[in-house]
Amino acid sequence: MTSLVQSVDWVALGPTLVVALGSIGVLLADLWVPPARRAALRWPTLGVVVLAGALLVAQTDRERGTFCIDAGGGLSACSFVVEPITWALQAISLVGAAVVIMLPVRDDPGPAPGAPGRLSGRLSGRLSGEYHFLLLVSLAGAMAIAASRDVLTLVIALEVLSLPAFAMIALPAGQTREHPSAAEGALKAFLVSVVALAVMLFGAALLYGVTGTLYFDLLAGALVAGTASTPVAAVGATLLLAGLLFKVAAVPFHGWVPDAYVGAPVRVAAFLSVVSKSGGFAGLLVVLWFGLRPYGEAWGTVLAIIAALTMTIGNLGALRQTDVVRLLAWSSIAQSGFMLVPLAAAGIATSARGLALDGAAATIAYLAVYAVMNLGAFAVVAVTDSLRGTTGARTVADYTGMIRTSALAGIALAFFLVSLAGVPPGVAGLVTKVVVLRSAVDAGLGWLAVVMAVNVVLGLAYYLRWTAVIFAIPAASPYEGGLEIRAHGRAPSVAVGLALAGGVALSIWPQAVLAVL
Amino acid sequence: MSAEAWVLLAMIIVPALGSAVVALVPGPRGDRVARPLGAIFGGITLVLAVVAVLAFDHDAAGTFQLETDLSWVPALDLRFHLGVDGISLPLVLLTALLAFLCLAYTTRVMPKAAQPRAFVAVLLLLEVGLLGTFVALDLVLFFLFFEVVLIPMWFVIAVWGDSTPSSTARSAANTFILYTLLGSAVMVLGFLVVHAETGTFDLVALADGAGAGMARGTQVIAALAMLGGLAVKTPMWPLHTWLPDAHTAAPTVGSVLLAGALLKMGTYGMVRVVLPVVPEGTEVLAPYLGALGVVGILYGSFACLAQTDLKRLIAYSSVGHMGFVLLGISTLTPAGINGALYANVAHGLITGLLFFVVGGIKDRHGSSSFDGVGRALYARAPRLAAILAFAAVASLGLPGLAGFWGEMLTLLGAYDPSSALPRGLYLTLMTLAGVGAVLTAAYLLQTVRRVCQGPIADAAPRRSSLEDVSSIEALAWSPLVVLVVLLGVWPGLLLGLTDPAVATLLGTGG
Repeated sequence: MTSLVQSVDWVALGPTLVVALGSIGVLLADLWVPPARRAALRWPTLGVVVLAGALLVAQTDRERGTFCIDAGGGLSACSFVVEPITWALQAISLVGAAVVIMLPVRDDPGPAPGAPGRLSGRLSGRLSGEYHFLLLVSLAGAMAIAASRDVLTLVIALEVLSLPAFAMIALPAGQTREHPSAAEGALKAFLVSVVALAVMLFGAALLYGVTGTLYFDLLAGALVAGTASTPVAAVGATLLLAGLLFKVAAVPFHGWVPDAYVGAPVRVAAFLSVVSKSGGFAGLLVVLWFGLRPYGEAWGTVLAIIAALTMTIGNLGALRQTDVVRLLAWSSIAQSGFMLVPLAAAGIATSARGLALDGAAATIAYLAVYAVMNLGAFAVVAVTDSLRGTTGARTVADYTGMIRTSALAGIALAFFLVSLAGVPPGVAGLVTKVVVLRSAVDAGLGWLAVVMAVNVVLGLAYYLRWTAVIFAIPAASPYEGGLEIRAHGRAPSVAVGLALAGGVALSIWPQAVLAVL
Repeated sequence: MSAEAWVLLAMIIVPALGSAVVALVPGPRGDRVARPLGAIFGGITLVLAVVAVLAFDHDAAGTFQLETDLSWVPALDLRFHLGVDGISLPLVLLTALLAFLCLAYTTRVMPKAAQPRAFVAVLLLLEVGLLGTFVALDLVLFFLFFEVVLIPMWFVIAVWGDSTPSSTARSAANTFILYTLLGSAVMVLGFLVVHAETGTFDLVALADGAGAGMARGTQVIAALAMLGGLAVKTPMWPLHTWLPDAHTAAPTVGSVLLAGALLKMGTYGMVRVVLPVVPEGTEVLAPYLGALGVVGILYGSFACLAQTDLKRLIAYSSVGHMGFVLLGISTLTPAGINGALYANVAHGLITGLLFFVVGGIKDRHGSSSFDGVGRALYARAPRLAAILAFAAVASLGLPGLAGFWGEMLTLLGAYDPSSALPRGLYLTLMTLAGVGAVLTAAYLLQTVRRVCQGPIADAAPRRSSLEDVSSIEALAWSPLVVLVVLLGVWPGLLLGLTDPAVATLLGTGG
């Protein structure tokens, strides 16, 4: 390093920094707001996210690096880079967080306060500040991952993403003893994550040992140049990869997901399934594309096998579920499997045809559509869940006849589900599935394409089971009963509406997400 | 893009718009106006289809006309490319006609589950998918429309269908959608293999290329995936198992559209996509296709002889008739493929009519089983019985009616198949198909005898007198009757369209 004082590109850093500073602002504001009104902290939090989004949109120049060093020989390496991949991933995280913020808490003061079996409004009152603080910190981590271009920045950003997420899962447990599942889910996620972190750091250390650098660009250069000891570098790369696979809930590191989702409040599950997951995929993309590029064929093959296992096990798991959140948890594992396919294909194709950015584009497009549809589904679940007691009755059967009692929410939910399945009218889901399939076929991964085709059918089976229930009308009393939604406050309806509008728009114009890169 | 090209676009937009309008008119008023509105939108679509037929240059039936070619999703090479030629035009007209007749029929006759608004909206959406499939000239667009029919048809069967002893309406609908989705997912793999080798999804360019740039092995793999996927929809034995339950459970208009239009998507895809795009691969697989088709003919006939339910019987007869279509395609000759396309349309008209009539019988008796219907329909409802008998003899291929020419040409094609194919095998297939045709006659005549004839005393209890053909039934059925006769006595009407297109297909294809 030639200079101790680095120049900082504040424009590149802007969106992430706004979110990070905003989190502290929300935490401080919490001290002055009386407990009864702390639920309103949702709005300044949303403001922070919107501001960050505006800064992101304003980044017309989408090629910026900061915290750079001169690596000698005319080379330079940066720790924090904003380029189209970064931009797209940060945008997905921001949109996801914005929708999550608008979701109701299960124990928000509802239309009928003090209804039997309902938690009091204390959580939103007392812990709302903490909740929004944690959410923003975690979001800042997700955004930083997408921009990180060295191992340490990546690891720290990953932890900034993960640690607040565990606290968010555990929030209800801190509030009442009625939520042992929250504590259990948080603990499982935490332990798994700590192990993943240790594994990752070990891998990073090995890579540093053989290449002498932590910057991904320089790392890739050293791996290509062959100056590194190949077996040690391969072990290091594998360990680094394993740590990241924990984050995206790929098989065999998926076990924590269902318990964490079910234990957490629904809106936290939504956060985990979209923001946290896109952070994990951001990390994976950054490491594979910039650091481990030379080992494309090796990690491509491994990822192909993991993708096939992940989608199959996720779908088989989801087939048997009756709890809707557990069903969405397993389905999100399966969807991770689909998202891994273009990465695997790119890895394999890279060695033959040069670096294929198409793979990253396919994964990001799939992730974006998945984020919109999954958020929508979670939003509807959160709205219905917040109206129910603590008995935990949120099974698929509870949605019977929803079309009669809350037609719009029912139609929206059905649309999100068929989009996740990839069947029209969910055109966006179908198009991104074709894009993912194409990447596999183009890379010559015929077997993986066949596995994926079978998995699309498996997926439809359980999404359809839920959809069918929405439209099923009890024969005895066609105009009574069923699930009625009277959303309290406007925000949840706006969240569902936003997701629906986004999903419909993407179905009419899928190019919007496909043209990101 | 020609000046009249808007017709095809409008033909897809009108039913889609209709579906949205019907679904969005709120409250009880929506339920009241839904059915007339549906018939109106169906009528406009039919008029557009007729306009397309008039605007179509019949002297150049071998080329794509009325084309629209817009960029939609460049990142996926997906273009909104529509057009018709002599192969697709008859199917477009058939679909628009059947959909209109179904919607008109629905204005008076509703399935038990009511909810007319949703029913009409779903039928119109189904029509969008069907018409779109027949006019799409981009592989991904074709796949997209292919998938559009899934959810609407699932609803038609699951919500408005009747549970039967062998399966509930819901499970029949689930079997339908999961089977056919697996089929189309495999089919799209074939499309992607084609794209990986040629770099385009455009059907016109691919047909012009005639498999250029694809190695023989690749062509076989692509053809296998596409044929396998399309064969589920057709359905080809042994992939037909979803069909009987779906047909038996579906309400009348659902069965009509399923048999009359939806099954045609499979065989149409084979002629439109597989044949011209991967000619060498098709050549390798054609004998298997033909053989399985003939197995379907025989299997369908024997299964029909054992059926005791009218709807189930007609469903199995569809397996047999589509077997003829498959055999015709597999000969790779002009006679065979023209025969296949003819049989396709004829089956749509005849089986559509059969399901309408049987649906009428079922509504009157509350059952479609032989025992529930009883005998002596001639005595109880003479006109109804006569139309049933008419449709049955048309279905068995009586000369002078539409069913005859398709099977005749198919057998002719099988007698003298393309030189690349094993003639001995095809002579055997032809003989077996002929036996199947005789068996078909046997079970259909047996059915007519069983249901229509006999002493009135054997009629089902308390059903000794029946309402005969109602005015809406006469309205919905008569166009089909007229067309069955017309295509029976004037085959040139349809062959004049398909023959040049088939010549183009094979001229560039082999």
